[in-house]
Amino acid sequence: MDDLLADFLTETSEGLVALDAALVRLERMPGDAATLSEVFRIVHTIKGTCGFLGLPRLERVAHAAESVLGRYRDGTQPVTQGGITLILAALDAIRAIVAGLEATGSEPAGDDAPLIARLDAAAEGTSAGSEEAAPPAPAATAEPEIGLPEATATVPDGPDPAPQEAAPDATPDAAPTGGAAPPQTIRVSVDVLEDLMMLVSELVLTRNQLLQLARTQGDSAFAVPLQRLSHITTELQEGVMKTRMQPIGNAWAKLPRLVRDLGVELGKKITLEMRGAETELDRQVLELIKDPLTHMVRNSADHGLERPSERLAAGKPEAGRVLLNARHEGGHIVIEIGDDGRGLDAERIRQKVIAQGLATEAELAAMTERELHRFIFRPGFSTAATVTAVSGRGVGMDVVKTNMERIGGTIDIRSRAGQGTCFVIKIPLTLAIVSALIVEAGGERFAIPQTGVLELVRLGGDGMPQLERIKDAPILRLRDRLLPLVNLAALLRLEPAATESRLVVVTQVGSHVFGILVDRVYDTEEIVVKPVAPILRNITMFGGNTILGDGSVIMILDPNGIARASDLGAEGGEAEPEREAARPANLLRSDAATALLLFRAGDAAPKAVPLGLVARLEQVERERIEFVGGRPLVQYRGRLMPLVPLSGQWDAETAPSRQPVLVFSDGDRAMGLLVDEILDVIEERLAVDGAGERPGYLGSVVVAGRVTELLDTAWWLRQAGEDWFAPAAARAAGETRRVLLVEDSAFFRNLVVPALGAAGYVVTAVNDAEEALRLQEAGAGFDAILSDIVLPGMDGLALARHLRQEGPWMHLPLIALSGRAGPGDVEAGREAGFTDYVAKFDREALLESLRQCLEVQVVA
Amino acid sequence: MQPSMTTATRASLVPTRGAAEDTTEVTLTLTVAGQLCGVPVSAVRDVLAAQSITRIPLAPLEVAGGLNLRGRIVTAIDLRRRLGLPAREGGVAMSVVVEREGEAYSLLADQVGEVLPLPRGDRAPNPPTLDPAWREVSLGVHRLGERLLIMLDVEQLLAIAA
Repeated sequence: MDDLLADFLTETSEGLVALDAALVRLERMPGDAATLSEVFRIVHTIKGTCGFLGLPRLERVAHAAESVLGRYRDGTQPVTQGGITLILAALDAIRAIVAGLEATGSEPAGDDAPLIARLDAAAEGTSAGSEEAAPPAPAATAEPEIGLPEATATVPDGPDPAPQEAAPDATPDAAPTGGAAPPQTIRVSVDVLEDLMMLVSELVLTRNQLLQLARTQGDSAFAVPLQRLSHITTELQEGVMKTRMQPIGNAWAKLPRLVRDLGVELGKKITLEMRGAETELDRQVLELIKDPLTHMVRNSADHGLERPSERLAAGKPEAGRVLLNARHEGGHIVIEIGDDGRGLDAERIRQKVIAQGLATEAELAAMTERELHRFIFRPGFSTAATVTAVSGRGVGMDVVKTNMERIGGTIDIRSRAGQGTCFVIKIPLTLAIVSALIVEAGGERFAIPQTGVLELVRLGGDGMPQLERIKDAPILRLRDRLLPLVNLAALLRLEPAATESRLVVVTQVGSHVFGILVDRVYDTEEIVVKPVAPILRNITMFGGNTILGDGSVIMILDPNGIARASDLGAEGGEAEPEREAARPANLLRSDAATALLLFRAGDAAPKAVPLGLVARLEQVERERIEFVGGRPLVQYRGRLMPLVPLSGQWDAETAPSRQPVLVFSDGDRAMGLLVDEILDVIEERLAVDGAGERPGYLGSVVVAGRVTELLDTAWWLRQAGEDWFAPAAARAAGETRRVLLVEDSAFFRNLVVPALGAAGYVVTAVNDAEEALRLQEAGAGFDAILSDIVLPGMDGLALARHLRQEGPWMHLPLIALSGRAGPGDVEAGREAGFTDYVAKFDREALLESLRQCLEVQVVA
Repeated sequence: MQPSMTTATRASLVPTRGAAEDTTEVTLTLTVAGQLCGVPVSAVRDVLAAQSITRIPLAPLEVAGGLNLRGRIVTAIDLRRRLGLPAREGGVAMSVVVEREGEAYSLLADQVGEVLPLPRGDRAPNPPTLDPAWREVSLGVHRLGERLLIMLDVEQLLAIAA
């Protein structure tokens, strides 16, 4: 094949992809001149070039299509769905011819006469009587003379008014592509890029080896040039990586056409929404996920969405929605493929599971909904009642799952009956190079990706952070926080080093911060991440493995897996895959396990407080505790900190010489609770009984087999005399309602979640407004929403305005929780759409407000 | 390679010489705890001398670790552990690198011997006295003079409960 033809084929293929998208757009916005002329230009170019290359068959088809488009462009013919279908059919013919050209180098034989005749008829505007029977042109040319508005009204899947209004917005997008200026790019074969990448990887590893050698050599003359070499290598690496990054939109380019055709074929109205198309990922990964993505979109449109009549009957908009959403998260790209259709049919899955003997009824009964849903990833498991022409072709979700896992990705499913299904794919951005910290634990070296590492802390010594132990659980007191620690050697069941581990890698996973205790930290190194062998893939602690500069193999730790394995992930979205569905990242629910600090004070019964609320644990010398106005105080960090004895009174005579104190702090304020003895830290689900029987306690929980009183922190904070909270009132009766809490301060979150949990609410807490909106997107249902006003990113007022505009949460009670509760603030809150405004944190007022709001709702 | 005596004697039973390749398994012999075994040469990608192996915590017991084969990471399976035999005392393991579903694995054996063509027809079923651990991974046995060679099933060897 000569170069000219090869170039033509590449260009035509690209043109055809762009045409598909443009035509679908045109169908929605028939009046959009920019799109029209873009379509016309591409077809015209194809026609012109094939005339030049001597491809008569291709030229004739392109010419006929161009004539129709010419009429549209000149405005002598209205754009109709039938016409567009015809042009799409012409494009398919062109595509088939191009495919033949590609394979054999010459045009394949074939008869395009009927197609051309129909196109010509459409161009002439004559009723294409005899061709009317041809299936691909439904009702197309029947009313060609009708003016634009009427035509759109008669076409079954005609453009709705909204996109038409949006037409002017779309123009700027279309204009640049319609312009004449060629982009400053050249074509490079993918093989060349692949080779470059491989060479760069090798170069990086060699550079690392050199650097390691140089370090042992001391002041060598090579140091300076080596430094330079190192810099250049890094830049080269970044550059080459960039050439491999492509927007995920490239993999989506064919989807609008696909969905449009599916809609026509299945008689459904489908809108495809694509978000984050500009999110970039490595082209190798992109290629690997292209087909699975297409398959899943097809699935959503076919199985997920109901027929228009069913949708209307279910009170949903007639047009179903398929949503693609891509975003970066850590070193991963997260892609969601969702629909607002019928959701997975749990009953049908159950039947099928039993029919296929995959589980017994008893086993099924014990399964969570999420576990049940995951059966669709089993081979040969399709729940489609009928196999349509579209799906059910034997490519199941199991293939998709296998393909994802092959590239180190995961796939998850969230589904809610009647509300839709969403697949969440998480895949590494690149299979290439990351920067990692090399550590040692239990005599073995491991790599920790730098992305999750916040800082390195050396324990012990003067002025250094201290390792503390509460029973056997190691805890790091770092500045104002208590961080749980994971002993890496113990976690990996390696023999501990002779001397105690003294280094902590402070790591963040989602909103969760914890420390990884290691024996040594070597250095950072650029590593080429390689997936682990399949038989090791179930060890979630490892994200991959690699070869270091010195040639040895090293395992790469996955902080997510570590958090999960050590039960620290109570907040992580994927932290508890076995637990219920619909749990996006950073959730904290009152029915999830919470780390509790156990202590004793006053009577013998153990007491507990969520560890997250406690800023520090102190041992204060008895002599330092002073009395001012009958209240105990201590000088603490240059301030006077009020102390509250939990047992009611504190007597210097009977107190231990070193008094244990739980310090609570928020910003500048601090208070200490005096307790008798600290017992333990334990993970427990907070299921509170007998809420609020006794002032100061939320109720009792069973911890490690013992009835333990759960501290009402808010109550005790008030005892400190600080004006943290408003006075108490009566408690509300418990109700099992779902409440969403939007609050960025972990402190207040930890106050509100247990308090509401104790009052019988199921609370889901998120960090910011964006996350709340994501939940709405995911179809999560709540009875009320509580939101802070001051939030990172979108603030509470904006969130309220946004929610009130549209969507499933439009009419939910919205309660503002804020530290600022002046009349002006309250007014602003109401204007934004808040139902009520409660000062932060007046538990009783909040419970009362919730109760009222929900009551009103029931009445309404 | 010279055809062995056994091949020659069986040749009369074989209708054409071309089919000889189908009836003969070219086999790499190795020793595990004194037991002679074989793997088909067609499955072997490489044979390596002693290598430094990185331990992989939490991995199945049979997995000795990971090693670097010219820039490729290979998972090493200790045949002794796979077969429930006592650990090697002293000496270094040899690696026989095999491939399965695009992944490379190294089988750690005590010694690697020679390459022998073994007629398939000579392969006898597993003797009933064969240890169950061996039986699970054996395709059958060959008698080589005084010794018994166990033909290993590479697929089965690598079927490790993950």
